[in-house]
Amino acid sequence: MIDYHKLSIKQMLDKLELGEVTSRQLTEFYLEESNRLQGKINGYITITPEHALKTATKVDRARQAGRKLSVLAGIPGGIKDNISTKGVRTTCASKITENYIPPFDAHVMELLADSPMLGKVSLDEFAMGSANESSYFGPVSNPWDLDRVPGGSSGGSAALVAAGSAPFTLGTDTGGSIRQPAAFCGVTGIKPTYGRVSRRGLVAFASSLDQIGPIARTVEDCAFVLQAISGYDPGDATSADLKVPDFTASLINDVKGMRIGIPTEILSDCPKPSIAASINDAAKILEQAGATLVDVSMPYEKEALAAYFLVGTAEASSNLARFDGLRFGYRGEGNGIQEVYESSRKFGDEVRRRIMLGTFALSTDACGECYARGQQARKLIMDHFSEMFKEVDVLLMPTSPSTAFKKGEKKDPLAMYYNDIYAIPANLAGLPAISVPCGLDNGLPLGMQFMAPKFREDLIIQAAHTWQCLTDWHLMTPREVE
Amino acid sequence: MDFKTVIGLEIHVELATKTKMFCACPSAFGGEPNSRVCPTCLGLPGTLPVLNQTAIHLALKAALALDCKINETSIFARKNYFYPDLPKGYQITQDANPLAQDGRVELDQLRVGITRLHIEEDAGKSIHTPQGTLLDFNRSGTPLAEIVTEPCIGSPQQARQFLEALKQILQYTGVSDCKMEEGSLRCDANISLSQNGSPGTRTEIKNLNSFKAVEKALEYEVERHKKLLEQGQEVRRETLRWDETKSVTVAMRSKEEAIDYRYFPEPDLPPLHVSQEWIEQAKQEIPELPEALKKRLMGDYGLTEYDATVLTKSPEMSQWLEKIVLAGTNAKSAANWLTGEISRHLKDRDIQIDDLPFSPGDLAKLIQMQITGRINHTAARQVLAQMLKKSEDPEQIAGKLNLIQEDEGIEELVQTIIAQHADAIQDLKDGKDRALGFLTGQAMKLTGGRVDPQKFKDILMEKIHRKD
Repeated sequence: MIDYHKLSIKQMLDKLELGEVTSRQLTEFYLEESNRLQGKINGYITITPEHALKTATKVDRARQAGRKLSVLAGIPGGIKDNISTKGVRTTCASKITENYIPPFDAHVMELLADSPMLGKVSLDEFAMGSANESSYFGPVSNPWDLDRVPGGSSGGSAALVAAGSAPFTLGTDTGGSIRQPAAFCGVTGIKPTYGRVSRRGLVAFASSLDQIGPIARTVEDCAFVLQAISGYDPGDATSADLKVPDFTASLINDVKGMRIGIPTEILSDCPKPSIAASINDAAKILEQAGATLVDVSMPYEKEALAAYFLVGTAEASSNLARFDGLRFGYRGEGNGIQEVYESSRKFGDEVRRRIMLGTFALSTDACGECYARGQQARKLIMDHFSEMFKEVDVLLMPTSPSTAFKKGEKKDPLAMYYNDIYAIPANLAGLPAISVPCGLDNGLPLGMQFMAPKFREDLIIQAAHTWQCLTDWHLMTPREVE
Repeated sequence: MDFKTVIGLEIHVELATKTKMFCACPSAFGGEPNSRVCPTCLGLPGTLPVLNQTAIHLALKAALALDCKINETSIFARKNYFYPDLPKGYQITQDANPLAQDGRVELDQLRVGITRLHIEEDAGKSIHTPQGTLLDFNRSGTPLAEIVTEPCIGSPQQARQFLEALKQILQYTGVSDCKMEEGSLRCDANISLSQNGSPGTRTEIKNLNSFKAVEKALEYEVERHKKLLEQGQEVRRETLRWDETKSVTVAMRSKEEAIDYRYFPEPDLPPLHVSQEWIEQAKQEIPELPEALKKRLMGDYGLTEYDATVLTKSPEMSQWLEKIVLAGTNAKSAANWLTGEISRHLKDRDIQIDDLPFSPGDLAKLIQMQITGRINHTAARQVLAQMLKKSEDPEQIAGKLNLIQEDEGIEELVQTIIAQHADAIQDLKDGKDRALGFLTGQAMKLTGGRVDPQKFKDILMEKIHRKD
């Protein structure tokens, strides 16, 4: 079989158009790759070869017949398993929904109807986690070092792209869950502006924070996927009624005059010197290319973390109330409704922990203050960003305070939460952010992120794409899985 | 001991929309269990609410008809609790920022303040059987308006009066059909007795399935509170169920204490903005409300309060009255027919007036035939009986059945005039000749000039002297 790994999504699209390759060929290749590495990485919960090949065949025929096709037609990808797929089980990596088969497709799946679905991809249970260790179906391994975590909650999504099992995957990002695993796995991931991509069909974690986004090897690949899944959906009242710009038009190698803000506290407080150093190095390179560097202050890191864990868990505790075993999902035994509830709500420890925290945050015992305070802190953080973006076009900072840690290493939940400290502000403020590889530390990938004002994905794509024109980090591939 | 009864009511009405509050499922009563459901109203993972604009419009009309102040921005909230017929584990409602506040309903002797009106979705239905509880989600997601009164109702009778008036207003504005037996109107009652100005402990009564039940249950509670207080005992703050068969209130057993609903703003829905234009539009659509309509009918047509009350029971009945009058017959006769024969037929067949197979115009014709004496009263009822079977011109029916009378017609006319103008008849007897002219004029008016005035006078004078 031909090795399609070297092809970018754009090249695949061109070749498909020219008839030099068929979607079926691409799909068969990636299915084989997926199966080959599934034992080592455990990136998939359900591989769906029939489903994928059916789509591939259909698209190939349609293309031959000259029918108009969607943006990403024929390009196979993996879908994080908290995104509803009609007729295909959507487990959310939980025992509760182990056999839940949605009767409808998520909006993004309707948009990607012409992209063969390789399978449903592993995640932390109900998207809660930073290491993909809490999946009911077993942990995912980082292709760079199989004893290490790929990050989370979209650990499977990042690992599969890094390992070459899929040219792109969809992940979700509520508190860094696309960007942090992308950083840990040396790939690129985008969290769109809140409202840019419809949440209809996404199993909700924190309704005011969740977004679906692409993970792929390059900014260019991500831009194509983002284009395909973005846009207003009247079925999601929080989706933005805005025309979607051509994200691929921002794939230009130019940062002349771009003002890049670098938060000074974050670098000085960074626990890992190599991470701070990688940002400084990156800043210099971008400056040489014509960007202007601006020192900014982001003093709200700790408050942001606290606000996230109050607001996010509060919303999650409410969103997960529907899993009661009565209408769908796992049902336990019991006499009377109380026993049925207790025996059916078989969440894992991390989910349980967050439900308890969120329930408390909303309760009158907490004086009803926690959630409200969290939202107030959030408003302050949002306002602060608005102020910063008057002086700068984009912000540049590390994605994560560490590189991929060993499985089982982070036993203290708070230590685990700390992983998301740089990522969370973007979720709280609803801003678009992208993580790109920017170095290696002891053979493990480092990631850095650009952030921009709301609906300015064009800025982060341009900055990040320029970075990838000037550097090679995104071309690295892990040897463990070669 | 001097007790003052303090009653407040919490009413839920189902808004008369075609579809549910947050999804496109049909909103209707009955149907095969779980036949009007979809992923959204079943609370499946990944579903999101989409607001039904008509529901808001109807709620606005209700709020305006209740003279409420509209909040141009209101906020949806989640009320979180676990119950099998609540699929999401929370209800989307409004909490701190409702759609409307500070309204009132004013009747002749009764003024009830409305604290607030807000919108929310309904839960499904639990049907308890000995084998277990069955769940039907057809009702899940039905749009509701919750109306809360000030605790200002002073007696169980007034509570019932208020509910009757509220039902009328909501029917008139097309907001809801308010059928308690179908659950499209539900009521919980709160009651306390205050002593010498200091407020008493309030109890809440649920499971009230008719206005009569509301009145009876409240009467029962008044007595129960009284007895306790007179004996120096405390009234316990609790929720009670009205037992229809035993006619008593029963404390509802609850294992835990009051539920903490953990309200927070619904993140899946933006704040609801209601523009001035929208409010104006809704205002325009509100018809003349029953109280005002009643007074106008009494004023314009000289109807009695009793007649006006019966005729304004439903908007359709009063519309028939006005259409009949427009078609050319007098209001008093029309009112008599509507409150008498027609109402009886509607009740017997359990139908609404708009279900009748004939039009107001047809009925006007029939009434006119009877007034002019073309047919007598018994014949008119026969013709009506035919008309009720199928739509046919009353003139034709009367002809077929050979009911048309000639001279006797004037007898009827004279009877009618005598009955309707007692004062003028008395004047005539007292020797005031002008009354004769007046009465003849009335006869001409009634028959559209189709009676022989001389014949009329002769028969009238004969009848009067006969009475002497």
